[in-house]
Amino acid sequence: MATRDGYPGREAVRLKGWLGAHKWFLLRRLTQLVVLILFLLGPWFGLWLIKGSMASSEILDRIPLTDPYVLLQMWLTGHWPATSGLLGAAIVLLAYWLLGGRAYCSWVCPINMVTDAAEWLRLRLGVKGGASLSRGLRYWLLGATLIVALVTGTLAWELLNPVSMVFRGLIFGMGLAWGMVIAIFLLDVFISRRAWCGHICPVGAFYSLIGFGSLLRVSAVNRDRCDDCMDCFAVCPEQQVIRPALKGTPQGRSPLILSGNCTNCGRCIDLCARDVFRFSTRIQHQAAHLGLEKREVLP
Amino acid sequence: MNPQRRKFLTDSLKTVCGVGVVALGLGLLSRQSRALPATAIRPPGALPEEDFLGACIRCGLCVRDCPYDTLRLSRPGEAVALGTPYFVARDIPCEMCEDIPCVKACPTGALKPDLTRIDNARMGLAVVIDQESCIAFRGLRCEVCFNICPVRGKAISLEYQHNARSGKHARFIPIVHSDACTGCGKCEKSCVLDEAAIKVLPLHLAKGLLGRHYRLGWEEKAKAGGSLVTPDAQHSYNLPEGMSYEHGGAGLIMDKGEGATPFQDDPLRTLNSRRLP
Repeated sequence: MATRDGYPGREAVRLKGWLGAHKWFLLRRLTQLVVLILFLLGPWFGLWLIKGSMASSEILDRIPLTDPYVLLQMWLTGHWPATSGLLGAAIVLLAYWLLGGRAYCSWVCPINMVTDAAEWLRLRLGVKGGASLSRGLRYWLLGATLIVALVTGTLAWELLNPVSMVFRGLIFGMGLAWGMVIAIFLLDVFISRRAWCGHICPVGAFYSLIGFGSLLRVSAVNRDRCDDCMDCFAVCPEQQVIRPALKGTPQGRSPLILSGNCTNCGRCIDLCARDVFRFSTRIQHQAAHLGLEKREVLP
Repeated sequence: MNPQRRKFLTDSLKTVCGVGVVALGLGLLSRQSRALPATAIRPPGALPEEDFLGACIRCGLCVRDCPYDTLRLSRPGEAVALGTPYFVARDIPCEMCEDIPCVKACPTGALKPDLTRIDNARMGLAVVIDQESCIAFRGLRCEVCFNICPVRGKAISLEYQHNARSGKHARFIPIVHSDACTGCGKCEKSCVLDEAAIKVLPLHLAKGLLGRHYRLGWEEKAKAGGSLVTPDAQHSYNLPEGMSYEHGGAGLIMDKGEGATPFQDDPLRTLNSRRLP
C-alpha cells in the first residue's frame, strides 16, 4: 500500500508517540485477552465469573449470553430454543447494536489476533497480490450456511466454523484446531490480503448486518484536515468503508462511517497523524446531517 | 454483451459455484457427523441424535455444570460431531445427579428440560454384550454390575440358573431391564474384566423392535377378558363304543369296564406278552 514513508502509521507515531498511535489497538488487544482470560479463570483457577463459550455463556450463573447467528441456524434446523437462549441472544444483539455489529470481530473474536498478525507479516514480507476475493463472498457463504442448516437439519457450519472452533478449543481443549489457526494465518499472509475476516467469514457477515444500524460509529469528523496520506486506508481491514465518509463532502455525505462492515477497531483513529477520526454515535450526527446516507452497496 | 456486465456475471457465477461447492461439502460433512460412535453417550435428556445435532449449539455449558467431569466436548479430529457433549462410560460414567445440572444449563433445550427425575433418563441401555467372557456366566460370583447399579435391583436383576459344569451350583446371571436402565454406564465402568462384558449402547443399537402388527394372543385375551376367536365347533369323532373325546384338554376318554379296551393298562405288558390282541 502506497503510504508516505514505508509502513502505515510512521507519521502518527512520530507526532503522537507510539502509545498515542496505538491507543485503541492496545485497548482492543487487552479486551480480547481479558475476554479469553475471563473464560479461562473457571477451568484454570475455579473462578467461575463466566462459563460456557462464544456460542452461549453465563455470567455469574445468572446473565445468559447467546450467539444470535448460531441460534438463527438452530431455528432453521427446526428447533425452538429455550427461554435463556432467546434472552441471551437478545442481550447480545442489543450490545452489538450499541457497540457496532462487527465490534465482535475486532474486540472479541480470537481469530482477529491471528489475521492481524498475518497482515503484519504480509506487510513486512512485502507479499503482494494473490487471489482476488469479492467482499460479497461472505454474504453468499452466510446464506449457504443458513440453507445447509435448513436442508440438513443439523448445525453443519458449526462442524467447520473456525471462530467457534478456536474459541471453544482454547477453553475446552484444542485438539486439531491449531491446524485451522495455521491455515487461516497462511491464507491471510500468502493467498489473499485480509482474506478470512474481510472476505470469507460468515460470522462477520452476520454481525455486519447488525452493524448497519448500530449506534457507535467511527466518524471522520475532521475530514477537512485529511492530507491524503492513505495511512488509514492502508491499515483498515475493510478499506471500502472509509471513502464515503472521508471523501463524501462534495456529495453532502455524513462523516460517519455507516457501513456495517466497519469493525470499530479504531486503527484509523490511532494511525491518523491529523486526528481526522474519532468514535462518535449515530445520534450526534443525525442532527447535523438529516439527509439519508447512501449505504455501502453490497457487490 | 458489454464487458462490465460480462465481468459482473462471470464473477458472480464463480462466487456462486464456489459457495455451492462449499455448501455441498458442508452438507456431506454434516451427514457424516451423524454417525455417532457406539461408545459415545449423550448427556441425560438429549434429544434423538438427528434433532440433537440441530438443537445443540456446542456451547459447553452442560460440560461446565457437570460436577464429575463426566461430560466433554468433542474436539476437532474426534469422531463425534465437533463441539457436541458426550461421555464414554468406561472412562467416567454419569453419576445421575438428582438435580440434573447439565439439563438445567442447556440454553436451547437440546437437553430436554422436562426431564426432572434422573431415573427417567434414557442415555443408552446397558447390554451384557459378551456372555462368553462375563464371569457370572462361568459360574463365578461377581454381581458387581448388579450392586453398583444406581437403580439397584430394577435395572439389573440376577437370575439364578443351574450350573451345568459343576452340577450342584447356581449361576447368578445379570439381566438388564430397559424399563429401568438409564444408561448411566456405572456398570460398564465397574465391570471387573479388562474389557467390559457389560456395555452401554445407544438405544437404537441396543433395542429390538417387534413388528407393529404383532399381537400376542395371551395379552389380547387378558385385555379382552376372554378369547377373541369363536371357539371351535365340537367335532364328533367316529370312535368305538365306550370312547369319547373331550376338547377341554382331557383328550381321549375311555369308559372304565371290562372289554373297554383291547390294551392293558401298562403298554409294556402288552408288548412283553408276545401275544397280539
